[in-house]
Amino acid sequence: MKPDLGMIRLKQPDSIQIKGIREGLLITLGEGDWHDIFASLMEKITEKEKFFQGAKLAMDVGNRILHAADLGTLRDRLADKNIILWAILSNSPVTELTAQDLGLATRISVPKPERIIKSIESSIPGEDAIFLRKTIRSGFKVVSNGHIIIFGDVNPGGEIIAGGSVIVWGRCQGVVQAGVDGDQNATVCALDLNPTQLRIAGIIAISPKRKGKPQPEVAKIIAGQVVAETWNPKSR
Amino acid sequence: MNAKVVTISSGKGGVGKTTTSANLAVALAQENQKVVCIDGDIGLRNLDVILGLENRIVYDLVDVVEGRCRIRQAMIRDKRLPELFLIPAAQTRDKSAVSPSDMIRLCEELKDEMDWIIIDSPAGIERGFRNALAPADLVLVVTNPEVSSVRDADRIIGLVEAEEKGPAQLILNRVNPALTKRGDMLSTDDVLELLAIKLIGVIPEDESVIVASNRGQPVSFANNSKAGQAFHNTAKRMLGEEVPFMDIEANNGFINKLAKMMKFRGD
Repeated sequence: MKPDLGMIRLKQPDSIQIKGIREGLLITLGEGDWHDIFASLMEKITEKEKFFQGAKLAMDVGNRILHAADLGTLRDRLADKNIILWAILSNSPVTELTAQDLGLATRISVPKPERIIKSIESSIPGEDAIFLRKTIRSGFKVVSNGHIIIFGDVNPGGEIIAGGSVIVWGRCQGVVQAGVDGDQNATVCALDLNPTQLRIAGIIAISPKRKGKPQPEVAKIIAGQVVAETWNPKSR
Repeated sequence: MNAKVVTISSGKGGVGKTTTSANLAVALAQENQKVVCIDGDIGLRNLDVILGLENRIVYDLVDVVEGRCRIRQAMIRDKRLPELFLIPAAQTRDKSAVSPSDMIRLCEELKDEMDWIIIDSPAGIERGFRNALAPADLVLVVTNPEVSSVRDADRIIGLVEAEEKGPAQLILNRVNPALTKRGDMLSTDDVLELLAIKLIGVIPEDESVIVASNRGQPVSFANNSKAGQAFHNTAKRMLGEEVPFMDIEANNGFINKLAKMMKFRGD
C-alpha cells in the first residue's frame, strides 16, 4: 500500500510533536492510521522545508508495528527532503527489530560502554512528597497523600493532613495529621513541635505545656501511643 | 498625584480598625497629605461618628456606586483639616450593595486627586472584607495583644497573601505594658514571632482614645496623648520616614498609675 498523498485529509495538529534534543530533532507520532500520519508528517515537513533541511531525526512511533517496507519508505522519503533518519523509538519489539535490521538506532542516548559494565544502581527512588516554602496561617490547609514538608511555620488554626510523614522546618503550632490512611510508621518532626493537636494513624495526642527552650522533636507511634522525643542524632 | 490605597483590616471586631483608620487619616492629613477615608462597613457605619462628621452626611458610598450622586458630592470635607475627606457608608443597606469591582472603580477615580485612600474594612472575612481588599495597594492589619485577635489577624494575613495583596503590615493596638510585664498579655515580640510580618505601629492602651472618639475628635488632632503620638509615628512610617518605636514601658503617665492600681487590686 502506498500512502495516498493526493487526498486532502483532516489535520491532526496534536498527533505530531516535534522537539529539539541534543542529538537533533525528536518527532513523536500520536495515535492514528500510519498512512494518515505519514502523509501529514510529510505535509508538515514540506511546509517548513527550510527548518528541516539537513536535520538529524529520531522518531517515536509509539506502539505501532511497522514493517521493513514502511520504515524503508519513511527513510527514503525523508532522505529525498535531505533529512537523515537515524533512530526509531518504539514500544513494539517487532518495530524495534525491523529498525535494527535497517541499521537504525532504537535508543536516543547511547550509553557509555563502561557504564554498562558497572551497573550498580546508586540512585535511590524515594517517595512522593510536597514541599512548601511558606507560613501556613490560620484557616489554611495543606493536604497530600504523600509526605508534606513545610519550610516555615504552621500557625495555630492551620492544618496539615498527610498520608505519610510531616516535617516542619519551623514552629509547628497548628493541627497536624500524619498517616491518615493508617500508616503507623508515619512521623511528625518539627524544630519546635507544639501542635494544637497531633494525630498519627488516627491516634490523637495533645501537646503538653512546654517547659524551657524549644528543641527539635520527632513524634511517632510507640506501643500504640503517640510519643514525642527530642531529636537525638545518636539514637537514630 | 497617584494615591496609595490602604485597607485597614483585622478579622476580629472591636480591635480598633475604625479608630485606627480615623487617626491615621487625621495624622496623614496633618502631614499635609490629601486623604480620603472610605467607610467600608455598610450597614454598621462608625467612621463618621469617630471623625465627628455624622451630622454632615448627605450622600454615601452606595449613592455613588448606584449613580445617585457624583463622588465629589459624597465626599465630606473635614473643616478642621481641609485636606481630609470622608466617604461615609450607607446605614440602611448591607454589604451586598457594593461589589469589589465597584470599589476598584471608585478608588481609580479618586486616585488622581488624592495622596492616600484609607478604607476602613468591616470585621469578618466575607463580602465587606472582600470589597475593602479589592482595591488595596497595602493592607494594614490591626490586632490587640491577645490570642483570639492575633489568631484572626493571622487568618487575614493569609487571605491577603492568597489574594496577592501581601505582605500585609501590622499595627499592634491597645498595648498595655503592665499586663505584658506580668506575662498576662502577649508581648510585641510574641505577636511578631507568630505573624511574621512588618510592624508599622504600636499603639498603647490609652483612655483618651475613647474620650476622643466619643467627642468625634480623634486623639491624633492633639499631640498630647501617647496614643496620638503613636498614630503620628505610624503615619510618618507610612510616608517612608524612619521613626523609632516609642518605649511604651518608660512612662510615668496614667498607664503606670493604672498598672499600679491594677496590681494592687490583683494582690
